[in-house]
Amino acid sequence: MSKTILKSPMRKNISIYALVIIGYIVMQCMIQTGNITSVLHGQLVPICAYIVMAISLNLTVGILGELSLGHAGFMSIGAFSGVVAATSLESIIPFAPLRLAVSMAIAAAFAGAAGFLIGIPVLRLMGDYLAIVTLAFGEIIKHLINCLYIGIDSGGLSFGFLGTASDLNLKDDGAVIVNGPMGIAGINRISNFTAGFILVMVTLFIVLNLINSRAGRAIMALRDNRIAAESVGIPVTKYKLMAFVTSAAIAGSAGALFAMNYSTVVATKFDFGTSILVLVFVVLGGLGNMMGSIIAATVLTILPEMLREIEQYRMLVYAVILILVMIARNNASFMAYLDNLKNRIVNAAKKTRKGGASVG
Amino acid sequence: MKKLLCSMIAIALTAAGLVGCGSSGSNSATSSVYKIGASGPLTGGAAIYGNAAKNGATIAVEEINALGGIQFDLRYEDDEHDPEKAVNAYNTLKDWGMQLSLATVTSTPGAAVATKYFEDRIFAITPSASSVAVVEGNDNVFQMCFSDPSQGTASAQYISENSLGTKIAVIYKNDDVYSSGIFETFMSEAAARGMDIVSTTTFTEDSQNDFSVQLTEAKNQGADLVFLPMYYTPASLIFQQARSMDFAPKYFGVDGMDGILTLEGFDTSLAEGVMLLTPFNADAADERTKNFVSKYQEAYGEIPNQFAAGGYDCIYAIYEAIQQDSSITPGMSAEETCEKLIAKFTSFSFDGVTGENTTWSAQGLVSKGPKGMVIRNGAYVGM
Repeated sequence: MSKTILKSPMRKNISIYALVIIGYIVMQCMIQTGNITSVLHGQLVPICAYIVMAISLNLTVGILGELSLGHAGFMSIGAFSGVVAATSLESIIPFAPLRLAVSMAIAAAFAGAAGFLIGIPVLRLMGDYLAIVTLAFGEIIKHLINCLYIGIDSGGLSFGFLGTASDLNLKDDGAVIVNGPMGIAGINRISNFTAGFILVMVTLFIVLNLINSRAGRAIMALRDNRIAAESVGIPVTKYKLMAFVTSAAIAGSAGALFAMNYSTVVATKFDFGTSILVLVFVVLGGLGNMMGSIIAATVLTILPEMLREIEQYRMLVYAVILILVMIARNNASFMAYLDNLKNRIVNAAKKTRKGGASVG
Repeated sequence: MKKLLCSMIAIALTAAGLVGCGSSGSNSATSSVYKIGASGPLTGGAAIYGNAAKNGATIAVEEINALGGIQFDLRYEDDEHDPEKAVNAYNTLKDWGMQLSLATVTSTPGAAVATKYFEDRIFAITPSASSVAVVEGNDNVFQMCFSDPSQGTASAQYISENSLGTKIAVIYKNDDVYSSGIFETFMSEAAARGMDIVSTTTFTEDSQNDFSVQLTEAKNQGADLVFLPMYYTPASLIFQQARSMDFAPKYFGVDGMDGILTLEGFDTSLAEGVMLLTPFNADAADERTKNFVSKYQEAYGEIPNQFAAGGYDCIYAIYEAIQQDSSITPGMSAEETCEKLIAKFTSFSFDGVTGENTTWSAQGLVSKGPKGMVIRNGAYVGM
C-alpha cells in the first residue's frame, strides 16, 4: 500500500474544499427532503455571496496586509454591472445559468477595472491612510451609482448621469434598468444555491492557488517586511495591484450573485456598514485564514435570523456574542484547549481506523 | 479552573448559536385564527415609521378580536429598512404559517418582497410602501397609501390649480425611492402645466443635517413656494433653518409631512401655514378617526401619524373583505384566500380613517381623494 504524504498547506487546502463541498451536499439533501426552513433556504445565496466577499477581503487584509474599508464598493459595481449585463443579454442568451455565469464574469471585469484604477493611487499609501482612502472610495462609488441612469431599447444601452430617467430619451420599446437612487427593480432572479457554491469553489481555487504560488509568496513577503522584500527585487506595485485587483474582481462577482438573488437592488445597500460587516467576518475568522472566513461569514449571516425570537434584544446578544468570540479567539488557553480537543478527536478517529483495518 | 472557564465559554457560544433553532417550524395552527404577517423597520433610522404602522395595526387587531367574530393573529418582524433583511423576515413569517400580510412599511424592502408574495400567492396590502415597483406586475399586492407618482402629479395639479406659487423651488432626497419618485412625476406634471421651477436641490441620507445651501439657492432665485417631497424629520430642520435666514416662502408637502406636529421638541409655530396633501387627518371629527386617535393616544401616548392610520386601515380592509365574502374561512390555504381577496378588493369600496370610498384598481393602486391640509395654530385644518 503506497501512502502519499501531502504537504501541510496542500492538506489544509483540501480540508477547506472538503468543508465547502460537504456543506453543499448537506444543504442539498435538506432541500431535497424538504427538511429546511424557508429562512435558511432563502439565506443560502446571500451566505455564498458573503463567503466569497470574506475570502476576497481576506486576500487584501490577511494576505496583502492592507486594511480596506471600502470593499462593498466593488460588490456594488459588480452588482449593478452584473444585473445590467444579465438584463441586456436576456434575448441573446436565453439559458439562465449561462447568462448568470457571463454576467458574473462581466461584473468581475468591471469591478476588477475599478480596483485597478482605485489601486493605483490608493496602494501608494500605507496603513491608516490607505484604510481611510478606501473608505472614501467606497462612499464615492455608492454616490456615483446613486446618480446613474441606464436604459435599454432597440438601439442598445443608453447612459445618463444626474438628471432623471426621462433624460435617457429611450425609444418606445425601451425600459429603464438602473433608475438612479431607486436602483434596479424587477430583477430576473437567476441566482441559485448551486451557482453560489460554484462561485465559492472558483474563488477558493483562485485565491488558494494565488497564495501558494510564487506571486503569493511575494505578496506575503511584502506584507511581512516591505523593505526587505523590495531589497531582494520584488516589484511592490505589481504584486500589490495583483492582489488588490483579484480581490476587487472576486468581490464584483459576489455582488452580481447577491443582486440577482433579489428582485431589487439599491446603491445604498452597499454602504460603509456592509464593508465593515465583511471586515468583521474576516477578522473574526482570522486574518489570512480562509477556512475561518468561510465559517465566520456563514455563522454571522445566520445568527441574526436565529436571534429573531428574542426580538429587540437580538442586537445586544449579537454584539455580546461577537465580543465573546473575539475574547475566546485571543485566549491562548482556550485555543490550546480546542487544539487538544481536535487532536484527541483525530487520534480517536485514527485508532478506530486502525482497529477497523486490523479486523479487515 | 481555567479549563472549566474555557468549557463554559464553549458551551455558552454553542448555546447562543442554537437559540431559536427549535422553533422555526410553524406553530400549531388553530383553525379559527387568521395569521397576518408583516414586516417593517422596527429598529434603525426608519424605525419611527415601522413602529407607527405596527402600533396602528395592533390597535385594529385588538378591536376586531374583542368583537369575537373573526380572529386575527398579527406578527410583525423587523426588516431594518433593508431588502435583504425583508426577505429574511418574509421567510420567517412564511415558516410561521402566514396566511395574509401587510407586506412592508417602506418601499425599497417592499419591492424586494412583493415578488415573493406574488410567487407564493399570499395576499398582501401595504400601509405605506408607496413605490409603484411594489404593486407593478403583482396582482395580489395592494397599497393603502397613494403611490408616489400619483402624489407628485396631484401636488403639481393642486399647486397650479389653486395658484399657490409662481416661482417654485423643490428640495428632495435623491437617494430615497419615495422622495425621488414623487419628484420625478411632480417635475413632469409641472413642465406640462408650464409651472416655473426656479430651483431644484437635493440632499441624501448622509447630508440631511444641514440645508443652508439648498435654502440659500431657493432664496436667491426668489422662490415663493418650496415643494418638499420628503418625510417630516428633515422637513422640520428645513423650516428651522429657513426661519433663521429670514426666508419665509410657502411650503407644500406630501403625506410624509404628516406627523410633523407630533415630532418631539418641534416648535409647531415653524410649521405654520405649511400645506400638505395627506390621506389622514388626526383632527377629523368623524367617529372612526376620533375612536382611533383616542385609543392610540391611550396606548402609545402620542397622536397617530399616517403610517399608524395606514396600518389600522389595512387590517380593517382585510376584515371587511373577509366579512363580506362568507366563503373565506381561516382554515383555507393562503392561495385560495388570496384569489378570493383579490376578487373582493378589486370590486368593493372601503371606508377607513385614511379616506372614504376607497377602491383599488386591478393593478393594486388605491383610488381615494387626497385631503389638502394646512397647518393653522398647531393643528391640521382642511383646505
